[in-house]
Amino acid sequence: MTTLQVPSHIPAARRVYLLVALSAIGWIIAYNIVQPLADWIAYSAFGLSTDSRLGQALAFFFYDVPKILLLLSGMVFLISIVRTFFSPERTRSLLGGKREGLGNIFGAILGIVTPFCSCSAVPLFIGFVEAGIPLGVTFSFLIAAPTINEIAVVMLFGLFGWQVAGLYILSGLLIAIIAGMIIGHLKMERFVEDFVWKVHRKVNVDEEKISWEDRILQAWTSVKEIVGKVWLYVVVGIAVGAGIHGYVPADALAAIMGKQAWWSVPAAVLLGIPLYSNAAGIIPIVSALMEKGASLGTVLAFMMSVIGLSLPEAVILRRVLKLPLLVAFFATIAVAIVITGYLFNWIL
Amino acid sequence: MITIKVLGSGCANCKKLEALAHQAAESMNLQAEFIKVTDYAEMMQYNIMSTPGLVVNEKLVSAGRVPSVAEISTWLADAEMAS
Repeated sequence: MTTLQVPSHIPAARRVYLLVALSAIGWIIAYNIVQPLADWIAYSAFGLSTDSRLGQALAFFFYDVPKILLLLSGMVFLISIVRTFFSPERTRSLLGGKREGLGNIFGAILGIVTPFCSCSAVPLFIGFVEAGIPLGVTFSFLIAAPTINEIAVVMLFGLFGWQVAGLYILSGLLIAIIAGMIIGHLKMERFVEDFVWKVHRKVNVDEEKISWEDRILQAWTSVKEIVGKVWLYVVVGIAVGAGIHGYVPADALAAIMGKQAWWSVPAAVLLGIPLYSNAAGIIPIVSALMEKGASLGTVLAFMMSVIGLSLPEAVILRRVLKLPLLVAFFATIAVAIVITGYLFNWIL
Repeated sequence: MITIKVLGSGCANCKKLEALAHQAAESMNLQAEFIKVTDYAEMMQYNIMSTPGLVVNEKLVSAGRVPSVAEISTWLADAEMAS
């Protein structure tokens, strides 16, 4: 990242806007020269032939790494700006008084735009329950929030196109809505740890007033944080993906990850559970696997399992959920993901 | 004497917040007592929805983010003026 020197006589607020405008222009220019630059590096600078495996793998790598990192920075910035409008407190008051059904739909959608980290899952859960939001609606939120992950959406968009990214968001929403409704109907309130029902708020929080400059600065901070955390996974993932792209014969995987293998969907879901938090590195590999005959439903199920079914989150949620409810929570999501996987294998 | 509570279950951001609060108090030469709140039931009395949270003299001043040292210093100065 290059630091831009802006004359210091311009007022601070205007300087922020100027920086945003300059970065946007820089972003657009960079995004448009990625492809010619990658071809130039692989085929001219390294002097490899366009037919050679190594040449193709290198061109793939030098194109995808900057493209994904640019998309990631840009999208995380925009999403973070949107998220400054949806504090968890705000979401809670939006969901208050919503019945099941409509509430599940709202809960799942708000799960995408509300800032969420699994370390905050417990206070959030207690806050929702304490405000009288139905358990099923709370779960719709808790399922959608981590499953529809912005990094995954950006990587799917960059590597598979907008259709697959859209399908991923849509099926994540459906899973969250339906699983939340099922949990709501199971009437499992007694399996919430007792102390949760006894919490009463002592003080009220005033909603913080945020200016646009603050929103932009906050968004910039989260871009640095998120991209700083995942860039290495992206690079390694794309390197492995590039290797597969160049060297593994087409259709090599059709037999194990294709539509014909009925067990591939549940196997993909099981495999995804322990792989939490490496979504950034896994998606490029998966994208290369798909070129070699893996089917889309299997791949989507795998990714949702990687992102949505996380053991660390289960451990955290155990603090507020008794075992039967925790198991019901995980089992419902797992079954929903498997069904989604079969559905896409069948439709497409 | 100011009481500073850091609410959080021990995630990376909670530790960062605690370090920054220490830094702010030290640079202002404040007598401050630091308390780490890791119990969820106690944490929820402050009505927070996302961690880490910062409480100065029983008043929740920030939640769900790591504020800057400058921001923390203003809150500490306010608390000292009030007491």
